[in-house]
Amino acid sequence: MPRTHTSQPAPHPVLSRLPGRAGRKTPDKLSVALTVNGVAAQLKVAPWTTLLDALRDHLDLTGTKKGCDHGQCGACTVLVDGRRIVSCLTFAVMNDGAEVTTIEGLAANGALHPLQQAFIDHDAFQCGYCTPGQICSAAGLIAEGKARSADEIRELMSGNICRCGAYPNIIAAIEQAMRRS
Amino acid sequence: MINFQYARAADVADAVRQMAADPSAKFIAGGTNLIDLMKEDVERPSRLIDITRLPLKAVEQTPAGGVRIGALVPNSDLAYHPLIEQRYPLLASAILAGASAQLRNMASAGGNLLQRTRCYYFYDIATPCNKREPGSGCSAINGLNRIHAILGASEACIATHPSDMCVALAALDAEVHVAGPGEARTIAFADFHRLPGDTPQFDTNLQQGEIVTAVELPPQGFAAHHTYLKIRDRLSYAFALVSVAAALEFDGAAIKEARLALGGVAHKPWRNMAVEATLRGQTADQAAFARAADELLRDAKGYEHNSFKIDLARRGIVRALTQAAQGRPQSQAVKRIM
Repeated sequence: MPRTHTSQPAPHPVLSRLPGRAGRKTPDKLSVALTVNGVAAQLKVAPWTTLLDALRDHLDLTGTKKGCDHGQCGACTVLVDGRRIVSCLTFAVMNDGAEVTTIEGLAANGALHPLQQAFIDHDAFQCGYCTPGQICSAAGLIAEGKARSADEIRELMSGNICRCGAYPNIIAAIEQAMRRS
Repeated sequence: MINFQYARAADVADAVRQMAADPSAKFIAGGTNLIDLMKEDVERPSRLIDITRLPLKAVEQTPAGGVRIGALVPNSDLAYHPLIEQRYPLLASAILAGASAQLRNMASAGGNLLQRTRCYYFYDIATPCNKREPGSGCSAINGLNRIHAILGASEACIATHPSDMCVALAALDAEVHVAGPGEARTIAFADFHRLPGDTPQFDTNLQQGEIVTAVELPPQGFAAHHTYLKIRDRLSYAFALVSVAAALEFDGAAIKEARLALGGVAHKPWRNMAVEATLRGQTADQAAFARAADELLRDAKGYEHNSFKIDLARRGIVRALTQAAQGRPQSQAVKRIM
């Protein structure tokens, strides 16, 4: 017997109980000015567009990865006004006027950033998915200047998860870049 | 995430006005907890009022000899501020024990006070939760309650407050400055957060429309004898199962003043002033610390999966008081507990 399609899907067991979007006016898109990797960008985004989604979906800068999307993995780490943050837990509109540096902006004049070179030298990744976040986070760590030992690097890099388990090599790579910075 | 309007506040008065005009709005600062909760549909504000540009970012000495911390000072800036590192190292240590470097760069001082519990059931909108949906029941009491409260819980809620910073602020007797539709007011830290009782939907005693503007530290910082000892499932970037902020002041060999606050065990940072008073005048030894721990935990109640916390807390208290007495605070980078 051919399968028949019902016209309406069953209501979601939980969301259907919550007050819905009815009565909520769809907000206008908002203008956001960002300087991303030194280039000025003017965006029109919904209020709920995260900085991560603005970078990936509006600016096609897909180097910044979406891992957990809940601030737990660090894959989306970028530098905002020089400070490392997770771009999944901030809305683009909140960052109007900010300077953002992503993994695409670290190499200069065709030369790899010292951290990028160090990650290659130390084989500090396997699948590579967490690597852009690891490197941006390490750039922030070095700029902060609070880590002086491997223990301190390990502690201050704990917001970046590597499920391949490349941690020893990541620490070695960051130590190399710190020595040379 | 459900749709919402976005507006920026020009100053504190404007923020308060905007909130009064739309009571189902939320203030947003660091966003590290609120945005996560919005993604989970736990928080569904009609409007976000962005307060990130308000002038609440200073850390400054007060005429009374304390320090006033603007509500928008990022956690990392606060932990590394020279005044905090030197005079209130207990606070610096507690902040650095929490979250990750990225989150500390984003999260604000005021927001840290207002973060919600990480109870799994509060986060899971498919399950009953009295804190999220009053009257629906508590899934944790007979559920997976390994991370839950052992002190001050109720039939309605056994959630814990997740902050590390607040445990230190409780021990230091901080005050919270608040603005709102009425008179600006100051709330003692012990009165800021609430026990769940039968209204676990209220984490704090803030009134509708009020906004935290600053946290003030009194002059006494216990810089010589303090520790923040945090015990958790992994060595970094995890919430406390039990944490202990301990601070001591000595008069010769005798304890002149003792402060003891626990995290991970209750709906608010847990202090027991009567127990602290019993330590006054005593010699700082294991026996005195063990008596204090036993007294503090006398009414502790475990549930199916978290009874281990009672013993863990007892040993944590003794260890933390020992560290504080010896002037050897727990390192937040080298994890060995000495």
